[in-house]
Amino acid sequence: MANHQPYERYQRQILLKELGEDGQQKLLNAKVLVIGAGGLGCPVLQYLAAAGVGTIGIIDDDTIAIHNLHRQPIYSMQDIGLPKASTAKAFLENLNPSIHITAYVQRLTVTNALPLLKEYDVIVDGSDNFATRYLVNDACVLLDKPFVYGAISQFEGQVAVFNHSTGNTLPANYRHLFPEPPKEGTVLNCEEAGVLGVLPGIIGTMQANETIKLITGIGTLLVNSLWTFNALTNQSYQFSIATNATTSLLIPTDTAAFEKMDYEWLCGNSTTALEISVAEFDSLRKAVAIEIIDVRAMDETPVIVEFLNKQIPLSEIDTRATEIEKDIVVVFCQSGVRSKKAVAVLAGIFGESKKIYSLKGGITGWKSQTIKPV
Amino acid sequence: MTTTVLLFGQLQEITSKHELQVNEMADTHTLLAELSRMYPAIATAKYMIAVDKQIISGNTKLKDGSTVALLPPFSGG
Repeated sequence: MANHQPYERYQRQILLKELGEDGQQKLLNAKVLVIGAGGLGCPVLQYLAAAGVGTIGIIDDDTIAIHNLHRQPIYSMQDIGLPKASTAKAFLENLNPSIHITAYVQRLTVTNALPLLKEYDVIVDGSDNFATRYLVNDACVLLDKPFVYGAISQFEGQVAVFNHSTGNTLPANYRHLFPEPPKEGTVLNCEEAGVLGVLPGIIGTMQANETIKLITGIGTLLVNSLWTFNALTNQSYQFSIATNATTSLLIPTDTAAFEKMDYEWLCGNSTTALEISVAEFDSLRKAVAIEIIDVRAMDETPVIVEFLNKQIPLSEIDTRATEIEKDIVVVFCQSGVRSKKAVAVLAGIFGESKKIYSLKGGITGWKSQTIKPV
Repeated sequence: MTTTVLLFGQLQEITSKHELQVNEMADTHTLLAELSRMYPAIATAKYMIAVDKQIISGNTKLKDGSTVALLPPFSGG
């Protein structure tokens, strides 16, 4: 092992005969990209950094909100409003200064995914939406990268190691479980359904464990297997996944085909939402009487006082739609994702009787592009 | 013959059960039709199916004592 690496830091795991100095050197040489620095990402990052994974990338475009803290305990009160990726990097550098960490404060897209994923050996998916999950899956299959999958809802979680070849069998990927993404609104996310804070701690720690075993080559991996856990009942199951070649037909076969994929659309996130830019929004609200709806949760910041707006959280948008009176409506949220969902719901309720728009880039985009009045 | 059905995620909310037993189900198609009759919301729900801990695609014959698990996708992270 290289002399500059403090042997003592890893001494208790080097003592394990399965891992040893060889295993530690493999960890130090490994490059892992963690997608999402949220509920799952936090424990994954903590344990991989602590174990001495030599190069860690963190990609997340979100900022820290107070309702994240119950399940994302690497963040503190003073971090609220800061980007998760760079805040996590600072936390991990404090934990283990001898490893190399890169933060990407951006969203994973069809444009940046392939060049970014190519730089890493193992991908850990801790994302919070189906569009990113299918994008990660397809990119990993295309690049032949193993990825450690974890997903949660309320009290339940799932873990698997996807796209990792062992012998002759076709390695399973996410599309062997669910070939096509679910339709919008059929599956609730954490924001809509709630989640027990310790659940991502358990599931993310399982993902970190699988990642460490994968890198060091020890133990049995959840390859072609799906592990499920229920925190209420303590029941866990392990299912085997049969792979078939037909599923591969759904995955783009080259870079050009991948970059043309619209995963948001596939997951029903942008089919009905009409978006307007910050400039269009500003001229529209100055020209005519419009109704502006904030669909973020009540405690999210920044609080908008620059223009009149009404707060109806996304989870209440269908039941409180009758509170919307004007015929032209602009919906906004933090980044422009939830507002598109709200527009889809409202369009279903009002049909052609109202013009409903989603503010592209959300209030973050508006804040960054608007010059404050003197 | 009896089949045990394990329910995960939102399917537990639809049925208010973690587990249920049904009789005389020859295959998974028959079983799903019966579950959709008992709980109409199952008909439109998305889930994968495992028979005796093997995730399957397509209709699968059931044996006496088989356990069928219905697992919806989770997006949370």
